[in-house]
This record gives sequence, structure tokens and C-alpha cells, in this order.
Amino acid sequence: MSFDAAYKKQAFKSVGTRPLRPDGVDKVTGRARYGADFNMPGQLVARVLRSPHAHARIKRIDTARAEAVRGVKAIITAADLPDLTNGDAALFAILDNCMARTKARYDGHAVAAVAAIDEKAAKEALGLIEVDYEVLPHVVDVDAAMQPDAPILDETVFTTGVEPAPKAPSNVANRSEFGHGDIEAGFAQADIIVERSFKTEQAHQGYIEPHACVASCNPDGTADLWVCTQGHFVYRQNCADLLGLEVSKLRVTSSEIGGGFGGKTHVWAEPVALALSRKAGRPVKLVMSREEVFRASGPTSATSIDVKIGARKDGKITAASATLRYTNGPYGDMWAELGAMTSFACYDLENVKTVGFEVLVNRPKVSAYRAPSAPMAAFAVESAIDELAQEIGMDAVELRIQNAASEGTRSSYGPVYGPIGIGPTLEAAKAHPHMSAPLGRNQGRGMACGFWFNFGGQTCTDLNINSDGTVTLAVGTVDVGGSRASLSLIAAEELGIDYQDIKAVIADTATLGYNDMTDGSRGTFSSSMATISAARNAIEVMRKRAALTWDIPLEDVQWKDGHAHAAGTKYGNLAPLSVKDIAAKSGNTGGPIAGHSELVADGAGVSFATHICDVEVDPETGSTRVVRYTVIQDAGKAVHPSYVEGQYQGGAAQGIGWALNEEYVYGDDGRLQNPGFLDYRIPVCSDLPMIDTQILEIPNPNHPYGVRGVGETSIVPPLAAIANAVSNAVGVRMAHIPMSPPRILSALNRKTGS
Amino acid sequence: MVHVTLWAGLVPLADNQKTLAVEASTIRELLRKLEELYPGLRDPIRNQVAVVVNGVIYRDDWSAELPEGAEVFLMRRLAGG
Repeated sequence: MSFDAAYKKQAFKSVGTRPLRPDGVDKVTGRARYGADFNMPGQLVARVLRSPHAHARIKRIDTARAEAVRGVKAIITAADLPDLTNGDAALFAILDNCMARTKARYDGHAVAAVAAIDEKAAKEALGLIEVDYEVLPHVVDVDAAMQPDAPILDETVFTTGVEPAPKAPSNVANRSEFGHGDIEAGFAQADIIVERSFKTEQAHQGYIEPHACVASCNPDGTADLWVCTQGHFVYRQNCADLLGLEVSKLRVTSSEIGGGFGGKTHVWAEPVALALSRKAGRPVKLVMSREEVFRASGPTSATSIDVKIGARKDGKITAASATLRYTNGPYGDMWAELGAMTSFACYDLENVKTVGFEVLVNRPKVSAYRAPSAPMAAFAVESAIDELAQEIGMDAVELRIQNAASEGTRSSYGPVYGPIGIGPTLEAAKAHPHMSAPLGRNQGRGMACGFWFNFGGQTCTDLNINSDGTVTLAVGTVDVGGSRASLSLIAAEELGIDYQDIKAVIADTATLGYNDMTDGSRGTFSSSMATISAARNAIEVMRKRAALTWDIPLEDVQWKDGHAHAAGTKYGNLAPLSVKDIAAKSGNTGGPIAGHSELVADGAGVSFATHICDVEVDPETGSTRVVRYTVIQDAGKAVHPSYVEGQYQGGAAQGIGWALNEEYVYGDDGRLQNPGFLDYRIPVCSDLPMIDTQILEIPNPNHPYGVRGVGETSIVPPLAAIANAVSNAVGVRMAHIPMSPPRILSALNRKTGS
Repeated sequence: MVHVTLWAGLVPLADNQKTLAVEASTIRELLRKLEELYPGLRDPIRNQVAVVVNGVIYRDDWSAELPEGAEVFLMRRLAGG
């Protein structure tokens, strides 16, 4: 990478201000075009037939009667999506998840799809597709799936990561292990040991906009896809791989996105829509219903976690261990591994060991959810840390400060940390008025820390100086959280022009180089780096144009405050040229002016947060209300502080829902009982207090402005902070998320012996 | 010379060694030499690796330089949300 990404301290004019977001008016007036708002002439309506069984062998599918329905133009099954994955297990899992091949592996697994001229015809055809299932025993619980007598989901899965390699198939796809030191020796040094088991139930990302796309396969072998996604370049690659298309022949355009949170990093319906369009020869629109979103896309893992932490009476932790079991859905992945890596990442530990088990169950394929896997691990560890503080008789913040990781600490997942921000967030919490505010009756306070890796990735950006001096910024990361505003601020800062003169757009896959998925809190981190690079390249072009205009050597032209200046007294009569001046003459000085950047934005830097929460629990109903909530997190440099605060608040709000209410409820038949927002209750505004935020700015040494990603870490501490608050309010350690009213009442009844 | 620590899943593919000493000045050179020394590492390195150099995670920038004596970890490529 030729671009110098090293941090340089500077005074900012645009960065750090709070202008209105450029996409705001369209969003509040309904003009913004989301996935389901795109239409094409002659488009067909697609509907998907889904398995009513949690686990069943597909013996036969007969589509003859459905095909005879008037208006039906195409019906596909797995036979229309041949296996082109060439031994790539991860890609095969995506293919099999999009359309079941030999077995339906969960309630809601797609088995066939119809494209018809209208919804009525499509629905009628779905009802006439005959599927002959051999229903198989199922398992949805993570601990039950690990039992020796559990139904096996996949006879070809043998646990990896264990020696010797097992000879029998298992629902445990992989075992991973991290840590260092000698935990037994460490526990032997402990005066107090806390040991407890925890469970968290499966939660959905709960994005308001369902998955939606329009696919159009053309007779010349090209295809277009308009889709709601966090990464249209990755969707292009996935769809091209699964359908045997050349990447250059598939053009993918991303819509506005009504929430993703990791759930739109994965193709679900898009290959199906393309296959239907290819077969029908017409555009096909596929919009998932809310029920389909719940049954067949995106949840995070349900977990079962054992934690053991030992400490001396002075508060020094001597050893810590955790065993983490995460559901993966029917396909093995690395969700428990991420939990095992992140669980003790906040602490400086001499002896630590974590073990993760990836567990296959008859539930939907797990997808990333905002700092994937870290919130559940933090819930277990931070609950145990809180209990440890109580056992020792030490302040919960003080205990964490005493054991917090710092620069030079060997992390629990291996590497030694550089400069990190856990200590400052804890010191800020200690000093925050929230920590000493009085509590009312039936109220409790909790706090917790959280860690997430953050990352960058491949990024490409174009910056075009228009003839009137305004700027069009084309980026390839999707605007999931206000990045068009923050990237416009960055471009304005570099060029020295007004924020209002920048128009940022998300380019489609045919008009910009490849960009990685917008995940890992990378949108503003990565694309701001590329924008700075592109702007600096454009400035170099403008310096040359100024030199031509003045007919002076290039080296005598300096760029300062948005203007080209002729350096030295010999050019004393030359007035500086603004961007507008240079742009106006561009046609006669060499043509259009643009800056381009392609780079890999690595060095994102790990991220930490500390949250404080007050709750009030109604002892008669078990209902919990969050009465005060504070988020403290390091942003490196807050480019647009309002949107940084929005990310902090959004993560906390999602965590509150997950902690108190959200839960996939399965019946004995393995079918999801609550696939809708009435029965799967996410928090609404009236459920939430004002979530206060405190932004710390400890510059990231690997970004020119010191920026860190901020999108994910804010969801890591809430489960634990709220659990600690509820536990303190009711006097019983709450070890099962969500802490719904029945679970709290049950805990209270156990406490009173009733 | 840098010392490279492998994640547990790679250890069996590198003659059960958890830490290796490799003469390399960039991540690219390091990964190439690891593939040459232990061909079993080839697929994981090409498909699912991230490299941590002195605490900084690199997922893609294989041109990053390795300071003499750098602490290097091979991690699985992370997922994000």
C-alpha cells in the first residue's frame, strides 16, 4: 500500500462537526428507495416454498401441477442450482441454505420457488408443489445437540480441532482453544473462585427492512441485481459463483438499507431470484415476508457457556477459563471460536484458557450479528466478574481497572496489544456521575465492559471534481450508519471546501473497483482512508492544473486551505486559485479532474467500551424497565459525532432488547413459534430511556485522522450490564438471557422458596 | 527472523509445532515460506488467514513489513457484523 495511513495530529475544520445527513430528507419523506422499492417492466413475483419440518429428507418434489397454474412462468428446485462449488464447503453451505438439496435442515428451509405474473398465481402454485418428506428426528437445543444420542444433522461432519480425529460423525463441527499460562496453577493461587453456567437464547438482528431484490438475467448472458445488502461486491461474487456467471457480467446495485447489523452480509434469496429469472427469461422480484426473515435468515447463535474465574482477596485475577458452546444452525462455522477469542479480551491475565464448540442444530444458518458472538461471551464473563467483585467485597469498576488489559498485555486470544482504550473507558466510568447517582426502590445498577476486533479491508473510491467545483464522491461501502455524511466531511476536510459541495453516492459493481463487505465496523474507517487518498490524488491533479494556468513550475504550487497558492514572492500578484476556479478551467487545462484510490485498509485497531445501566424490576410481574443507560467508548476520532453517538445508542438499544425480551421460541416439533414482531418483541422508543453517550478520542495510529470503527462494540456490554443491574435489583444472579418476566419471576420465586 | 504462532487448527498441519521461526521481511514472504515448508498450510493460508503483527491485525495487506523480532500470529480470518 503506497498510501501513508499513519496518524498525524492536526486541527480540523469539517471533521468533528455535525451537519445534517445528506440522505435524511429522502428517508423521512419516503422518497428513499429501499430494496422492495425497485421495479422493472414485465417483472414477475417470486415466492418460496419452505419446509414445515425441522429435519426431513426430501424424497421427491413434483412441480407438474404447480407449473400448470395460469400465470406461472418458472419453478425452481435445487436441480436448477447445480453444485458448482468445487469442494468449497463454505460456498456449498450457502448454496444448500438457499435451496435445500437432499434434506430440509430447519423449519423454513427453502425447498422450491415460483415466479409468476402476480402474487395470487405464485401462492396458488406454491400450494400445488408436492414434496414427499421423510421426517427425521430433530434437535434445536445446543446442549442436547452435543449429547451422544442426539440426532445427527450431517453424517459427513466429524469434529475438527481434536486429536485423535474422531471416527464417528457428530453435531460438533469444530473445537477451538485459546489462552496461555497454567490455569490449574492459577486457580490454586486464588482465594476466591466463582464458577457458573450461563445460557443465551437465539436472537435476530431485527432489521426493519426484510430482504428484497429484483433480478434480471438477460438473453446475452449478462444479468442485473438490485438488492438490499451490506456488500454488493461480495453478493456479486457469491451469486456469480453459485450460478456459474462471469463476475463482469453480473452488475449489482445496492439500495438504501433499512438495517443489516450483519444479517445482510449473506445471500439468502438473491441466487434464487437470479435462477428464477434465468429460467423465466424475465425480471423477478423477491421480497421476504417478516415470517420468512425470522424463519430463514440471519439469527445469531444460542449459547451455553461455563465460566470459572479465580482471584486473590486483593482483587488480582489469578486464572480464568470458559467453555463456550454456540449453535451454528445446520452448517459449521466459527461462531464459538469468536466467542472464545473475545471472552477475556478485556483483561490482563497470566493464566487463561477458552474452548469453543461449534454445534449443529436444526435452526436457521447463523449469520453475523454486530460484533458476532462477543455479546454472549461478555455476558457470561462480565457476570462472573461482577459476582467475583461482590464475593471479594470490591467495587466492580475498581476490580476491572485492577485487571484491565493495557499496552503490552498478552491478549487472551494470543497477540500482544498495542495502545488500547479499555483503561480510559473504565476510568471514565468511575468518574461518571451515573455511577454515584442514587437508586430508587426495586432498582439496581450494573456495569460491564466489551471488546471487538474491528477490521478494514479492500476499498476503492472515486472522487470527481465537477466543472462547477462541486465534488461527487463514489464509494463502494454501503451506507449502513451515516457514512455518506462522514465521508463527505472527510472529503471536505482534505479539499478545504464546504461539506455542502460534496455529494457522496454508493457506486454499483460495474462502476467502481471491488470493495469488501461493509462489516467489521469498517465502513467509515476504510472508505475514509480511501477518500483521503483519492482527495490527495485529486489535489495533485489540481496543483498541476494551477501550474498550467499560471504557466509556472509545479514545484512552485502549494495546496493550502482549499486553494492553490503560487509559492514565493516572485508570484506576489497571483491570487490563489480555489477548487471552483481550477474546475471551471479544467476543459482547457487537460480535461476532467478526478482522484482515485484503491487500497487495503488494514490496521483498524481493536475496540473497547464500558456501559453503565440502571433498571427497575417490578417484583410482582417480573417486568424490567431500563431507567438510565450510559455508553462510554473510544472512537479514535469522531468524524460526525452525532452518528457516532447514534451507533453507541443503537448498539445499546439492540442489547437491551436481546437482554430482556428477544428470543427464538421453538415448539416440541422444532418449528419456530414466534416468527413476527408481535411475539418476538424488539424494544420500541417507549421502552427505552435516553441513552447517554461519552465519546473518548484516543487516536488510532493506523489512520491519518486517528479514526476507529465504532459500529459494533456498543452491542457487546449490554447483555452483561443489564444482567448485572437486574441481578443487583432482585438479589439473584440472572444467568439466562433474555431476562423475560417469567424468568425473573421464576428466579424471585426460587429466592423466596415459593 | 520472526517468530510465528499458529492457531490451534493449523498446528497438526505444521508437524505439530505451535511456534515457528521464519526468515521473512514481509507478510507475503512469510506466508510463501510457510507454504513451502508445510504444504498442508497452503489451503488455510489462501482461504482463511489473518496475520497479526505486533498486535495489529492484517487481513489483506500482505505487503506489510515485519520488523526484526516481530511477534506474529496467524489467526483465522474474522467475520464481522
